[in-house]
Amino acid sequence: MDYKMILTPEEEAILNGAKGETMAKVIKTLILYGDTFGAKRFVKVTAPGHVVTSFGISVLSPVFNITQELIDAGLKTEMPFTVDPRPIDYPNVKCNPIEKLIFSKILYGKQEMYEKQLRELGLKDKNAFTCTCYLDEVGNTPKKGDILSWAESSAVVYANSVIGARCNRNSGIIELFGMILGKVPEFDLLTDEGRKAKWIIEVKTTKKPEAQVLGSAIGLKVMEDVPYIKGLDKFIGTELDDKTKSYLKDMGAATASNGAVGLYHVENLTPEAVEMGDKIINEDAQVYVIDDAELERVKASYPVMWKDPNGKPDRCFIGCPHLTYAQIHEWAERFDAELKKQGKSKVGMTTIITTAPDVLQKFKQNDGAVYNKLIAMGINLTSICPLMYMNNPLCGKKNVLTNSNKLRTYTTSRYYTDDEICAIAVKGGI
Amino acid sequence: MSKEFKGRPVIAGECTVEAVVSHGGFNTLASFQKSALARKKETIVSDQNNADLFGKNITGKGLCLPKTIGSTTGGMVIYTATALNIQPRAMLFSEPIDSLAAAGVILADVWTDDTITTVDNLGQEFLDYVKDGMTLQVKKDGTVIVD
Repeated sequence: MDYKMILTPEEEAILNGAKGETMAKVIKTLILYGDTFGAKRFVKVTAPGHVVTSFGISVLSPVFNITQELIDAGLKTEMPFTVDPRPIDYPNVKCNPIEKLIFSKILYGKQEMYEKQLRELGLKDKNAFTCTCYLDEVGNTPKKGDILSWAESSAVVYANSVIGARCNRNSGIIELFGMILGKVPEFDLLTDEGRKAKWIIEVKTTKKPEAQVLGSAIGLKVMEDVPYIKGLDKFIGTELDDKTKSYLKDMGAATASNGAVGLYHVENLTPEAVEMGDKIINEDAQVYVIDDAELERVKASYPVMWKDPNGKPDRCFIGCPHLTYAQIHEWAERFDAELKKQGKSKVGMTTIITTAPDVLQKFKQNDGAVYNKLIAMGINLTSICPLMYMNNPLCGKKNVLTNSNKLRTYTTSRYYTDDEICAIAVKGGI
Repeated sequence: MSKEFKGRPVIAGECTVEAVVSHGGFNTLASFQKSALARKKETIVSDQNNADLFGKNITGKGLCLPKTIGSTTGGMVIYTATALNIQPRAMLFSEPIDSLAAAGVILADVWTDDTITTVDNLGQEFLDYVKDGMTLQVKKDGTVIVD
């Protein structure tokens, strides 16, 4: 094969079959991928991986054929990896018998088989299923400067921006190949040049912007470019504490899904912006001013995808990406206050909060009283992926509400802000 | 009258195909999802947000697009569509190819017996000129002749 990347003798030997035919195909794929984007060499992956494909959906049989081929060839990731959330959780996200039958037997009929494959490939543990693998409770938290092989868009943008690790916006399977080889081609967000901002975002709102709408506005404008956000530290501070990191998690997920942002810098806050200041901005960077009117315009532009736009909502999902420990507490307080305000003791519709298994476990153990209170309010806590739950013909027809701009973008769900969705969930209607 | 455009071959190949055109970003997951889930023999684009392509058959066609958008499962979906034999014959990008689409066509090339001939950097003029139903001759060196 012709290639432009400069390979070490060891890499060349792998390409020529020194570690078997399957490993040769793995490195060939990554070389072609690197060549396409002008990578000159491979660099070592320095922290554990995270796999985006968590669902044993039957249509992905060709993907499971690749994973089986890797296993049969005796290949495994160099470090234990985490994976995106599971698609179903019957005890906490109720399904009718027909849905259950179709989910278990047809749609996600390969879930058990696929999870076995993941374990054989190097899955961290049974709690490794979350999109927020970087949270302290989960433990797959890279350090600044680490080179990663991840694909989950919300995790990639968080690791790059909030932690200062380095990861490209990879596709599923490619990330697994990088973990197995232990190396990734060096291009774009893995380079100093690729991390420079091409946009300056000037936040000129009168109050703290809703993270999900701000991220959406930025993503829709800059698409895959790197933005440098000015004026946000005025509202969220200059310390990366739990509350600020939660805000950045949600904002980043919206930039990555409404656009294709893999890295953003926030002035006086995120590591590379603090370290380099304006030097990390390209000289010819474009400017996008975001004020109250612009956020209103963006929010009003979201289409209502329900079959009957005036229909009654069936359920609401809170937590895509999965909520942090601090955010579960915030939601418990928010629901408590809204229930008192509306003179009710329970929410008026099926309300589901999602968080990582390790976070949920900690919450149950350390905050049993708050957990029981949420359950008494009629709120379900689960660790599924709302996106996977909805991304099928059965659930796609339901009238779902969400506070997630990512879930809104990829499904027929309808977006409301945190306060709006809390009031609707308690009332039981819009 | 034919018009010639020159791009960069990402997956080099030769074919003559009928054009289908998306002027906006092609959402890979949303586009293939319905046909793949229903195990159809052709991909009828199911992305309701893509007015150019919604409801159209792209299997075996020359898909002309600026870039792909959407979930990072995108590359895996292109590979899966190819393994299921419901993929476009060619993907012709006006802009530099994005990382998800590149992953998809490379995975298809290395891990299936089939291939999606892929050219990028064809320029905005290409996307403005090409229309549904036109015949496209794709050459190994990344030349695309539009009739």
